[in-house]
Amino acid sequence: MAIQIAARGVTKIFGNRPDTALAMLADGLGRDEIFARTGMTVGVHDASFDVEAGEIFVVMGLSGSGKSTLIRLLNRLIDATSGEILIDGRDINRMDRNELIDLRRRRMGMVFQSFALMPHLRVWQNAAFGLDVAGVDARTRRDRAQAALEAVGLGAHAESWPHELSGGMQQRVGLARALANEPAVLLMDEAFSALDPLIRTEMQDELLRLQAERQRTIVFISHDLDEAIRIGDRLAIMEGGRIVQIGRPDEILKNPANDYVRSFFRNIDVTKCLTAGDIARGDQVTLIRHTGEGPRAAVRQLRERDREFGYVRDGKRRFHGVVSVESLLAAIDRGNGGATLDDALLPGVEPLPAAMAMEEVLTRLTAAPYPLPVVDEAGAYVGAISKTAYLETLGRTR
Amino acid sequence: MDFRIPLGDWAEAVVSFLLTHGQGVFDAIDTVVGALADGVQTMLSSMPGLALAGLIVFIGFWRLGWRFALFAAASLLLVAGLGLWKQTVDTLALVLTATGLALAIGLPLGIWAARSDRVETAVRPILDLMQTMPAFVYLIPAAMFFGLGRVPGTFATIIFAMPPAVRLTSLGIRQVPRELVEAGIAFGCTGRQLLFKVQMPTALPSIMAGVNQTIMLSLSMVVIASMIGAGGLGNEVLRGIQRLDIGLGFESGLAVVILAVLLDRITQSFGTGRVRPSLRERLGLAGRPIPTAVSRPTAGGVTPAR
Repeated sequence: MAIQIAARGVTKIFGNRPDTALAMLADGLGRDEIFARTGMTVGVHDASFDVEAGEIFVVMGLSGSGKSTLIRLLNRLIDATSGEILIDGRDINRMDRNELIDLRRRRMGMVFQSFALMPHLRVWQNAAFGLDVAGVDARTRRDRAQAALEAVGLGAHAESWPHELSGGMQQRVGLARALANEPAVLLMDEAFSALDPLIRTEMQDELLRLQAERQRTIVFISHDLDEAIRIGDRLAIMEGGRIVQIGRPDEILKNPANDYVRSFFRNIDVTKCLTAGDIARGDQVTLIRHTGEGPRAAVRQLRERDREFGYVRDGKRRFHGVVSVESLLAAIDRGNGGATLDDALLPGVEPLPAAMAMEEVLTRLTAAPYPLPVVDEAGAYVGAISKTAYLETLGRTR
Repeated sequence: MDFRIPLGDWAEAVVSFLLTHGQGVFDAIDTVVGALADGVQTMLSSMPGLALAGLIVFIGFWRLGWRFALFAAASLLLVAGLGLWKQTVDTLALVLTATGLALAIGLPLGIWAARSDRVETAVRPILDLMQTMPAFVYLIPAAMFFGLGRVPGTFATIIFAMPPAVRLTSLGIRQVPRELVEAGIAFGCTGRQLLFKVQMPTALPSIMAGVNQTIMLSLSMVVIASMIGAGGLGNEVLRGIQRLDIGLGFESGLAVVILAVLLDRITQSFGTGRVRPSLRERLGLAGRPIPTAVSRPTAGGVTPAR
């Protein structure tokens, strides 16, 4: 997929002598130290990331971690001190005023935490604000604003004043305003943070619905992990002005880069966001089902590794079933030397699909005497989940 | 030891320096302000009294409703009945001229001060000086520069009445929420668009408070300015004082108060204009659609904020 936004070593210093602070950063001094010595604040330090077209990229962090600064660097509400920000391959820091205004009018929309609706304009005029400043004629403006309001379910409120609407509805207007000029990039700064939890979830669904209708590249700032996991294709976690980890939510959850990241996930319900594939381990004995591999060899392998159960797959990694030492020995007894692994397969073994949520795995796991095998969409063996592994995963994030 | 700083002498020297060397400038100001003041004066006094009163009552009805219109009509009738109509119109003309000029200077200055901390820092002490200096003090140099009459009165009034317009414009623009300004920029406003489409409209209540204050200060100053021949109601007040004529003083004072109330209420109504019904609605001409009552199913769980 095409990369729509790329940041390369972006740094922002707030203060009157940014070069000094940059030099101090280059010398390896920390943010706090620079502040103590010069009074200058490092807003963002050496941020690099790519956002692909059509992706929802969530930037997470505590307040003061620089996430709000970061999003403002992307449309140059704040000028970066150093580094490159490429939108569709063009460095916005090198654009002149007119190019920049043009970019903001045609390519980017923004949604604000406090909604930031113009109190003197009616709802439809607010939705048409971007079109108005871009010089779009009155008729088109009205039509497109109305269409944008319909899209967020506020078509009937076009003539209202912003203050007559509830918070959730006001933010829908904010969303409509950002969508009215059909931007490729949508910047959302804590867009739903000011809303109460029910409305917030409703707005997240709304955003996902709009995203399903037409994919836009969305950079979404949030301090709410549930929100981030819910809507984010990928997350970037910020700490003290730096991006400490970037990845898919489950990747970060499985391998947090440091304690700060781990602390974010501490109170998250992992059983809701991890899947069977995420927690399956490959440390069980796998037995390849081909002519040479008989039950006797299998028993020996299991005994050597001190395992009770073996997982049978073929040369193409397709999963076939589970055998136990007991079932293998029984098969050998019955078969008089001609037995195969297939004769020893335990009955009623159903592999888990890798996409199954961890919370669903639990009920199956309690009933099964053996670690549950997990397969991917193609039926290939991924690994197995033991009760121990399951409990460990729970424990790791508490 | 006789310690004394001859600041007064210096001020005098400055004024006399300006008098000898700046006469051209003062003549120019004299001409412009004089023409303007005369123009407004002529316009208002050439209108039939009933038409002018009707206009005021009508504006009152449009902005504030029939109760205020009724009050305006009654109070204007009272002024006419006191035989002070002509003087009231003169005073109104002076106030309008002085306010117009004060705003023509004050609003741009306020905008400039809002955008530049340096300008704000420079302007603030000057405004303090202009506002706190006893109003009478302006009369002396004004009379020296422009002689007696309407122009020095207007000039002194402008100086005295301008500060709130500057201050409240600057304050109003500075208080526009940061995210609103950011929204303006993020959607591609140019500097001018940001000012006229975001900052000024959002700051309007504050700016109108400044305009209102300027008008009120103008009114209080034109009364004082009658001492240097500005004319109008101030003359009557002054005569009342000089002759110890309590009746005349009270009557003309009451006329000033009436004018003040009318101007105050009407200008204030513009500061909060957008929540008020339009004239069409006031007159019952518009079948007002009330879309806010409709709620889409998707927003079913939403409780309106108000």
